[in-house]
Amino acid sequence: MNRLKFYLPVFGFVVIAIVLWRGLSLDPRTLPSMLIDKPMPAFAMISVDGEPVDNADLPDQIFLLNVWGSYCLPCLVEHPTLMRLSEEGEIPVIGVNYRDKQELAIDWLQDNGNPFSFSILDESGRFGIDLGVYGAPETYLVDADGVIRFRHVSVLDETVWQEQFVPAIAELRGEGS
Amino acid sequence: MNSLSVRGRYKDLPSIGTLLFLLCGLFAFQSTHAQVDTFEFDTDEQQQRFRNLSDELRCPMCQNSSLSGSTGGVAEDLRREIHRMIMAGMSDREIVQFMFERYGDFILFRPRLTAGTVLLWFGPLLFLLIGAAVGFGIWRRAGKISDSDVELDKTQQERLEQLLGNKP
Repeated sequence: MNRLKFYLPVFGFVVIAIVLWRGLSLDPRTLPSMLIDKPMPAFAMISVDGEPVDNADLPDQIFLLNVWGSYCLPCLVEHPTLMRLSEEGEIPVIGVNYRDKQELAIDWLQDNGNPFSFSILDESGRFGIDLGVYGAPETYLVDADGVIRFRHVSVLDETVWQEQFVPAIAELRGEGS
Repeated sequence: MNSLSVRGRYKDLPSIGTLLFLLCGLFAFQSTHAQVDTFEFDTDEQQQRFRNLSDELRCPMCQNSSLSGSTGGVAEDLRREIHRMIMAGMSDREIVQFMFERYGDFILFRPRLTAGTVLLWFGPLLFLLIGAAVGFGIWRRAGKISDSDVELDKTQQERLEQLLGNKP
């Protein structure tokens, strides 16, 4: 019994060390989204092309909502992936042009190609606040009922697509939505 | 070894005064510089509420700054939203709730009391209680060792006297 008491501090140390060790591998920049399993926020805005858009214009199937801006360098990195997904018809991609200027956004799409069915023009960042966006790029996976099911912060490249989005989509399809 | 020789041996090291001076300099640079916005308020009270809220809410992008101390784009937007909501007559509670619904616990510098944060809130108290219990245990055990516990039998007493040089 007394010997056990002697080892108590050692035991405590091991527990704390394990907890802190695990903490080292957490990325503090990846914040959990508050909107998981909540419907996409209501919007009635204009698109980058100047067309009025609202929730009724969203696809009736699982789609990606990608937050981008012409100033955003990582967006260029993930751009080829979004282009491929959109061109091969794998999944519709809707854009949110976040804290940008309409002319710059139009130029950027002309220069680099446009993977988006349409892009919501959010020059003020107000719609981004409703989404809980804190910086482009961010990509949301939205189901056929318009409910947000998954969020990825930062670059969505082929690896992230294969490892995170493909399983998440398969799971959603499995639920029979 | 007297103090002079110590001083002599370490004379190349900076003095305590110099160290304190450098330390003060370090803290001087840590003060956050509030971002200058040109928001207009009707009353000083509204302005004060704006300051408090933007100090108490954390910038989601710049991790360790408050909204008031961050140059980040989203912080700018959120300050503008706080201003709009104050002017629309919303209470501090409602404004914090608005932020929480969108950005979660992360945005609150003062964490809510939930199952996940109980340890955060009461952990220090818990450790204080453990320390007090251990301390009390030691104190009580020390108190229990009375004269009767160290009473010696006859041969032990004789040996003690002998060791102390007191002939019986």
